[in-house]
Amino acid sequence: MRKGKNMLEIKNLHVKLEEEDKQILKGVDLTVEAGKVHAIMGPNGSGKSTLSYVLSGREGYEVTEGSATLLGEDLLEMDPEERAALGIFLAFQYPVEIPGVGNMTFLRTAVNAQRKARGEEELSSTDFLKIVREKAKSLKIDAEMLKRPVNVGFSGGEKKRNEILQMAMLEPKLCILDETDSGLDVDAMKLVSDGVNALRDEGRGFLVITHYQRLLDHIKPDVVHIMADGRIIKTGGPELALEVEQNGYADLLAEAQ
Amino acid sequence: MSAILSRSIKTKPSAARTTATEARLGAMTSGATAGWSVTAREAALARVQSMGLPQPRDEYWRFTKPQSLVQPEAPAAALFDPQEAPTFDQIDRVKIVFVDGVFSAADSDPLELAGVSIERLAEATSDIHWAKDLYGVLEERGQDPVERPLAALNTWAATDGVLIRVTGKAEKPVSLIYRHESETSDVMLHHVIKLEEGAELTLLENGPAAARFNKVLEVEVADEARFHHVRTQGRDHERRAATHIFARLGRESLFKSFTLTANGVMTRNEAVIELTGDDAMAHVAGACMGDGREFHHDDTVFVTHDALNCESRQVFKKVLRNGATGVFQGKILVKEGAQKTDGYQISQSLLLDGDSTFLAKPELEIYADDVACSHGSTSGAIDEEAIFYLRSRGVDANTAQDLMTIAFLAEALDEIEDDILREALLERLTAWLERRRG
Repeated sequence: MRKGKNMLEIKNLHVKLEEEDKQILKGVDLTVEAGKVHAIMGPNGSGKSTLSYVLSGREGYEVTEGSATLLGEDLLEMDPEERAALGIFLAFQYPVEIPGVGNMTFLRTAVNAQRKARGEEELSSTDFLKIVREKAKSLKIDAEMLKRPVNVGFSGGEKKRNEILQMAMLEPKLCILDETDSGLDVDAMKLVSDGVNALRDEGRGFLVITHYQRLLDHIKPDVVHIMADGRIIKTGGPELALEVEQNGYADLLAEAQ
Repeated sequence: MSAILSRSIKTKPSAARTTATEARLGAMTSGATAGWSVTAREAALARVQSMGLPQPRDEYWRFTKPQSLVQPEAPAAALFDPQEAPTFDQIDRVKIVFVDGVFSAADSDPLELAGVSIERLAEATSDIHWAKDLYGVLEERGQDPVERPLAALNTWAATDGVLIRVTGKAEKPVSLIYRHESETSDVMLHHVIKLEEGAELTLLENGPAAARFNKVLEVEVADEARFHHVRTQGRDHERRAATHIFARLGRESLFKSFTLTANGVMTRNEAVIELTGDDAMAHVAGACMGDGREFHHDDTVFVTHDALNCESRQVFKKVLRNGATGVFQGKILVKEGAQKTDGYQISQSLLLDGDSTFLAKPELEIYADDVACSHGSTSGAIDEEAIFYLRSRGVDANTAQDLMTIAFLAEALDEIEDDILREALLERLTAWLERRRG
């Protein structure tokens, strides 16, 4: 992958909620290049999480205008699993508990499903175990957590670490982190950030959605966007996040009016 | 029976019931005319005549139409080739094969196992037999307070079955294999198992048995004995089955029964368990997958606590789709004096579409004041959040649904104590799910 190549391209994206007929995104333009970390900040209800769901293919949203492509392929026509195989990964703000499905089974099923979809050979149990143990160790995820049902009884921090473990196993092209810092204490934030930073490389793009600047102290962004009322109203460098931290969104919102 | 039980006031069977009962009895004969079982059979016939066969308005037949199980002729059932190895194929066991209810010596292993005596009911014709104390006896005990006429009918007319007496720890399972090769077969088998003090046995059952199958299993588990039962009910789409388990448990004994059902148009599995010795434990569980409007599966369970500090669990899970129906009628009765009882009952259905139906009737009746009994019944759709989570990780929609289905059934499968048997059934379930979507 050439550095600087456009990985994710979103053009004039308009999205409404299917059930409520409510427009959430009102023309989002955004390009994430390979090797770059883009942060999206913004007040509650600005459409940040909706953007992450629309990109990963969750049902309940209708795209009324615009486009979104990953590596030149039209994302919006694909099923969630096709998007995942192409390289989209969403670290959920609220990871879902799945009673009865072991974390290890879940990871192996996901890894092998993606390999299969890409025409690659499935990982053998031994290779899989070796890789998962190694990656789990660096995230301080113990064998017990791997055996338990997916996210069931996990603490907030454990759930987020589990998301990063999945990300590390699946090696996506574009990682979307939806408020990964919510519910984390300082130590857990460090651990999760280290996990994310370990995945930064020239072939991978990141879209980090957060309310607060503090996560961006650990995961240093190249570009910061401010989102409000379904649009990106300002784009800048890391200094923009600091500005928000000091002054809040009020000035930016007023400026955009 | 204790006086506290409210027995329904006996009235003369209605004309419709009498007609239906006479029609059925007229088409049948007793399963034996000589030997030790004759007295029990005659008494059972008298019970059937007095109770009459089930009718649609009966309290415990409101959710399940008894007609096809009661009528004189068995409805025909087309044979089905599931194109898979029979269940338990890889398990080392003593195989006893019945083809449409007829024992097949050629397909069976010698009826020999250390610490276990195995005989066929049809061949045990002497006047004196240990089974006389149990045959029809546990069935009769199980008629109060809820009548089970189809079981009494079986006691009268069963043509064969096995009589197993266990004195030690059986080193491998006894496996009853029921083949279905005739589209019109109508079969009644009756098994009696007696586990002596401290004995242990695993009983496996698999196969559809017949177009219509009526089976009774009476089990006496003496003090400190352990009985494990794992069964799969055959995948023939059209077969019908009414089965009863009657078990009586002694002090510190264990009884565990698990049933996996897929296919079949009509299944009524009843389990009547009586804990009569202190510190005994009884677990009854079932997992069923129903597909299609014709599918009807009914689990009717009655557990009676009549001793101190006993534990019972009922765990039943049903996955239903395309108009299938699932029924659960489960009762825990705690008699006066059965203190420290720990009773648990859960029945759940996963409805994969809006067409399917789950009917549940959980009941608790408690006459002791120091007990812990809980019951729950739920019916729900698949968790779409979890499906999206799985799909967002690259798992396709069908596989995601299968994973969720197996996860849902897991609590019931976990009731199988033996790891190898549990894994074997899990593998089978997974394969079925994969093949089902083609």
